[in-house]
Amino acid sequence: MIDLIWLVPLLPLIGFLINGLGRNILSKNLVAWIGCGVVFFSFLISCVLFNSVYQARQLGEDAATTIQVFEWFKVGSLSVSMSFLLDPLSAIMLLIVTGIGFLIHIYSIGYMKLDLGFNKFFSYLNLFIFFMLLLVLGSNYLIMFIGWEGVGLCSYLLIGFWYKNSSFASAGKKAFVMNRIGDLSFLIAVLLMFVSFGTIEFGGVFPQAAKMVLGDNTVVLISFLLFIAATGKSAQIPLFTWLPDAMAGPTPVSALIHAATMVTAGVYMIVRSNILFTLSPVVMQLIAVIGLVTALVAAATAITQNDIKKVLAYSTVSQLGYMFLGLGVGAFTGALFHVITHAFFKALLFLGAGSVIHAMSNEQDLRSMGGLRKQLPITYITMLVGTIAISGIPPLSGFFSKDEILAYAFAENKFLWIGGFIAALFTAFYMFRLLFLTFFGKFRGTFDQAKHLHESPVSMKFPLIVLAILSLVGGFLNVPAALGGSSSLALFLAPIFSDSVALSKPFHLDHSTEYVLMALSAIAAIGMAVYAYIQYVQKEVIPYPDNVERSFLSRLSYNKFYVDEIYNALVVKPLNSISTFFYQIVDKSGIDGIVNGLGKGVNESGKMLRLLQSGNVGFYIFLMVLGVMALLLYGIYTI
Amino acid sequence: MFETIQSVPLNHYILFCSLIFAIGVIGVLTRRNVIVIMMSIELMLNSVNLLLVAFSVFFGDSSGQVFVFFVMALAAAEVAVGLAIIMMVYRNTRSIDIDILNRLRW
Repeated sequence: MIDLIWLVPLLPLIGFLINGLGRNILSKNLVAWIGCGVVFFSFLISCVLFNSVYQARQLGEDAATTIQVFEWFKVGSLSVSMSFLLDPLSAIMLLIVTGIGFLIHIYSIGYMKLDLGFNKFFSYLNLFIFFMLLLVLGSNYLIMFIGWEGVGLCSYLLIGFWYKNSSFASAGKKAFVMNRIGDLSFLIAVLLMFVSFGTIEFGGVFPQAAKMVLGDNTVVLISFLLFIAATGKSAQIPLFTWLPDAMAGPTPVSALIHAATMVTAGVYMIVRSNILFTLSPVVMQLIAVIGLVTALVAAATAITQNDIKKVLAYSTVSQLGYMFLGLGVGAFTGALFHVITHAFFKALLFLGAGSVIHAMSNEQDLRSMGGLRKQLPITYITMLVGTIAISGIPPLSGFFSKDEILAYAFAENKFLWIGGFIAALFTAFYMFRLLFLTFFGKFRGTFDQAKHLHESPVSMKFPLIVLAILSLVGGFLNVPAALGGSSSLALFLAPIFSDSVALSKPFHLDHSTEYVLMALSAIAAIGMAVYAYIQYVQKEVIPYPDNVERSFLSRLSYNKFYVDEIYNALVVKPLNSISTFFYQIVDKSGIDGIVNGLGKGVNESGKMLRLLQSGNVGFYIFLMVLGVMALLLYGIYTI
Repeated sequence: MFETIQSVPLNHYILFCSLIFAIGVIGVLTRRNVIVIMMSIELMLNSVNLLLVAFSVFFGDSSGQVFVFFVMALAAAEVAVGLAIIMMVYRNTRSIDIDILNRLRW
């Protein structure tokens, strides 16, 4: 069965081709069946593959198999083939990508039902799943890079899906350009890797790297470049401003790409290359600091945002910051665990938000919502589950994953823990603010919106319920020893991190310290939830309208810390003026001037030569005589 | 007879024929009357004839005189054709001034 691994990415690719080529011919029904069906079959095969890996791990084997599909090219000593690596890490990522992808495909049937571009949407979604699967299955950095760039492309296509709106199209362009900066960094890292290790296969690079000395300069440079690539893909400082703008795309896109899969590609890549990072303590510290600062800045921005999707977008950036914090302090399993649980509850929250937007006739402003509990019960309950999960309240999944990261952070550096703790406070607050403003209180929308309020169709409710159940129980994947669990995920993933664990100092925290930390974060989260309840339900505070004067901090937060404006002034405007310079002066006046000048010169000389044709026969004969004389002279002097 | 011809040094013949040739060229370039131009062309041809014969006598090679025969025949044919052309030009433009024929100008 493992030989059928190539079917897993191939089926979505076939779905893309059929849906894409037949987008004007096929009916919506057929496109939906094909689109969801291919992902479902990929999911089934992924389940079988995961099962085989799981059985192998239970027997104590390393369970890493490389399957070569075909040889791509061979140049000198570099031989690259399309080969897939099936091991515990990629098996888990397979399940997430195909499973959550399938749920979101089902959701899109209901959400995009009335859209004219329905067929195109499904073809793009299938293409995205194909590239994401290439990314997680690739057994060398080049195949991963194909997937890496491909998901960036699909992100652009899907964010700017409603392309007739120019600001949406700009948002897509912004996402693509920022991703591209990261792609450049990734490519340089791969080239460096080839130069220093002679190969780009995982199975070749990692054993060689494991023998290198700690702090080796080449490895530090490679891991630094890979980290820059990850900041672009996973929206960390400094390349994070594309993610909030990416909310211009349809909500299923936000759920799939910008919550569950694409943005976690950076985390996956670092987890996969963990040995390179463990050998570069400087880069690990940088990752931890940047992750923490991103988490704090994004969380501080989210508390004043009024667009339901923007709050979730900043929440995603903040949670990604958490994952990077986890990576930076050596909690690789914890970071991956957070990837899994975050995929569950963030996709759930986005789909729930989509359900709300759908019910509110495309209204996205929190200030126009309120009291939707009665009309949207299933949406409310599932979003409640998601909110409790993301706030880190036990026993839901978010608590376990967040606490593992915070425990490792505490063991590394107390300040990292304090920062993470504050970000967790913010998280609980703004998520419950979102929940209360949407579902509690009086309805603040228009009469027309109130008339159209309705619960979503089954195709939209089903994924919400499934994801809510997963958010509820997902935490039990990796219950730490302090709480009497067996850390099954850590055990499952042990072979991936064996080299790193051998090199780094072991994680050790007293169980009593762990209990205190867990209790602190749980109580703090519940406390912030209660505070939000008091503010937004009991005191019925409504966020300010746009034209009201705000305090300094509130203004900073509401204007996203002016990062977009700073980037505009520092990067965009200079680049635009350089571009204008090259266009007007170098290209138009310079190069066109030379080319056109040549033409004009020929024209002018032609005009002058024309005057020789005077029609005067005497003049012609005179010139003939001169010519004969010249010939004679030439003949005399050379012979 | 060759002594008579050879009593004049060769340089004289060369100078004389060059002068006549130059006069012929100037006549072709300067004059406006087509008949005079034809005459100047004849003048050029005849000067060349004379020089050829002189060289033939001085070097004892008779191929120079044979060449003169060819040139004379050619001159006659050329005059015939040239005068025919002049006749047609006169019939069309009622003049024998070559400055009239300037239709090939730009």
